[in-house]
Amino acid sequence: MKTVVALAFRSLISRSATVMLSVAAIAVSVTLLLGVERIRTETRNSFANTISGTDLVVGARSGSIPLLLYSVFRIGNATNNISWQSYRELASDPAVAWTIPLSLGDSHRGFRVLGTNTDYFQYFRYARTRSLSFTEGKRFDDVFDAVLGAEVADALGYSVGDQVVIDHGVGRIGFASHKDKPFRVSGILARTGTPVDRTVHVSLGGIEAIHIDWRSGAPVPGLRIDAERVRGMDLQPRAITAFMVGLKSRFATFTVQRKINEYRPEPLLAILPGVALQELWSLMGTAERALSAISVFVVVTGLIGMVTMLLSGLNERRREMAILRAVGARPAHIFSLFLLEAAFIAALGAVLGLGLLYLLLGVAQPVIESTYGLFIAIGAPTSTDLIYLGAVIVAGVLAGIVPAFRAVRLSLADGIIVRS
Amino acid sequence: MTNAVEISNVIFQWPTGKTPVLDIPEFSVGTGERLFVSGSSGSGKTTLLNLLGGVAVPDSGAVSVLGTRLDKLSSAQRDSFRADHVGVIFQLFNLVPYLSLVENVLLPCRFSARRAAQATATDGDPVSAARRLLSRMGLSSDLFAGRSVTDLSVGQQQRVAAARALIGAPELLVADEPTSALDEDARQSLLDLLFESVAAEGQTLILVSHDRRLEAMFDRHVVLADLNHAAIRQVPE
Repeated sequence: MKTVVALAFRSLISRSATVMLSVAAIAVSVTLLLGVERIRTETRNSFANTISGTDLVVGARSGSIPLLLYSVFRIGNATNNISWQSYRELASDPAVAWTIPLSLGDSHRGFRVLGTNTDYFQYFRYARTRSLSFTEGKRFDDVFDAVLGAEVADALGYSVGDQVVIDHGVGRIGFASHKDKPFRVSGILARTGTPVDRTVHVSLGGIEAIHIDWRSGAPVPGLRIDAERVRGMDLQPRAITAFMVGLKSRFATFTVQRKINEYRPEPLLAILPGVALQELWSLMGTAERALSAISVFVVVTGLIGMVTMLLSGLNERRREMAILRAVGARPAHIFSLFLLEAAFIAALGAVLGLGLLYLLLGVAQPVIESTYGLFIAIGAPTSTDLIYLGAVIVAGVLAGIVPAFRAVRLSLADGIIVRS
Repeated sequence: MTNAVEISNVIFQWPTGKTPVLDIPEFSVGTGERLFVSGSSGSGKTTLLNLLGGVAVPDSGAVSVLGTRLDKLSSAQRDSFRADHVGVIFQLFNLVPYLSLVENVLLPCRFSARRAAQATATDGDPVSAARRLLSRMGLSSDLFAGRSVTDLSVGQQQRVAAARALIGAPELLVADEPTSALDEDARQSLLDLLFESVAAEGQTLILVSHDRRLEAMFDRHVVLADLNHAAIRQVPE
């Protein structure tokens, strides 16, 4: 057996050019397989981590997924608002421990602006139990203070004390801006890997202040109230977009949810963020499964390439097999020679594929993090990775049975004398 | 003294063939004998060699090599019998292209513990035996190192093959047209070297060729067509 291992090894080295092509095909396919798996897991984790500890998210009545998307992921827009009065009434329910009001609709250079209050910094949780922390500065205090998510600060190069002008609306470049009332960066949050990183946080009063001389989405002609005068005015908002609810007891969740959903004064929707996340994830699950299936097929393609290479070399190797048979090799030796070659190629492909994955992760990690806010941890191969690698090698050996079997059949037909 | 090879009433037929390829009522080769078998292609030459090597078994009849009935052995037993007792030289392309000269010569020792042991007994270890045989075949040691066997001339390749057939002193040497690709000088020197070794080790040599000029150098000459009754009816391939 040692002899056959050495023979297989030497035989592959002698054909290193074609062998390496097969290895490369398998390596790339393995990288794809493991990469898709890794991104899948990390996306799922980061997804589930975007909001924690919040029992209900409440917004104007629409669907649970749109509500989740605009309130938590800052994607899309609300169809309607919640009146301040309803919010106060529901927030004072005895079962409610805390609420975080959310007021959306404006942006700053493509990043969403969120109007909220300081309860946000106190009660908002992500990644199970983690709360928001500051790398620089502090919470907003003044009407025109802004707290930036880590990504906003990084991308736009802001630090505490810088001025931020809020654009009206959420286009990349707003049609109109609130440049008459600039904000000052009071603090920058630590990176969370959630949409918080891409959010500009201001107080509800700040949102009210910049819109005080606006009506129906446009400045009121002739009405100009400057920033200093605004400070003295009543900045209580008339409406908010949504709010998050933490309950004193989780057992009250469904009671409170029903109460909000049946709230008479205006049509509202309360959702359990965990359930809505599940729903949203199952929507994306189809695409995710399709990706996995594709990557499995790419691996199969790689293995077919290897089998093709081994099969196409068979005819030229009939003499080699005759020589080996003449010096005493049994059909089992010939069989193992070809099987081992397949195993070597598959194993080398798998290992190189893993290496390539780490290389790509190393290069792409910062890009993915800054572009998609998705942090992909680079750790030791997970047990799933190892199972996949093992499966690829086993599949390689199984695929090797085809050329190995054919080699034995040819060799038995040829005997030790190959007719020229 | 027993015969090295004894064949009686052998009939061999390909599974798809209608008539036998080989029909040999009687054929024997004495121990230490140098036998020249001449035969044109289609005379059953390939099949005879496959029978002697234990790769093929007859449909009926007995094939006895060195006193062992090959037709009674399992295919695995025949494979190890061949590894232990038979050295084979082909017409062409005798070498495994991805192995070095020495590794090619060493191959039989890898598959046969007996030949490895005999090579060790004569030269200390199989590698020394391989080097000695290669030098005796007139291949200088600077050819050994790092050269690909495919760089060798055909004559040199055949000598490496001869060294491989001889390593570990198998009792029977079977050569299939070993000289047909060689020019006259190379042919003569290969045969001289072969005879020299065979004489020293007392091995039995069966050489099959259509080249009747070689005939005179052998102890005995048989025409395969006379031996093989099936050949008369055979249409050349």
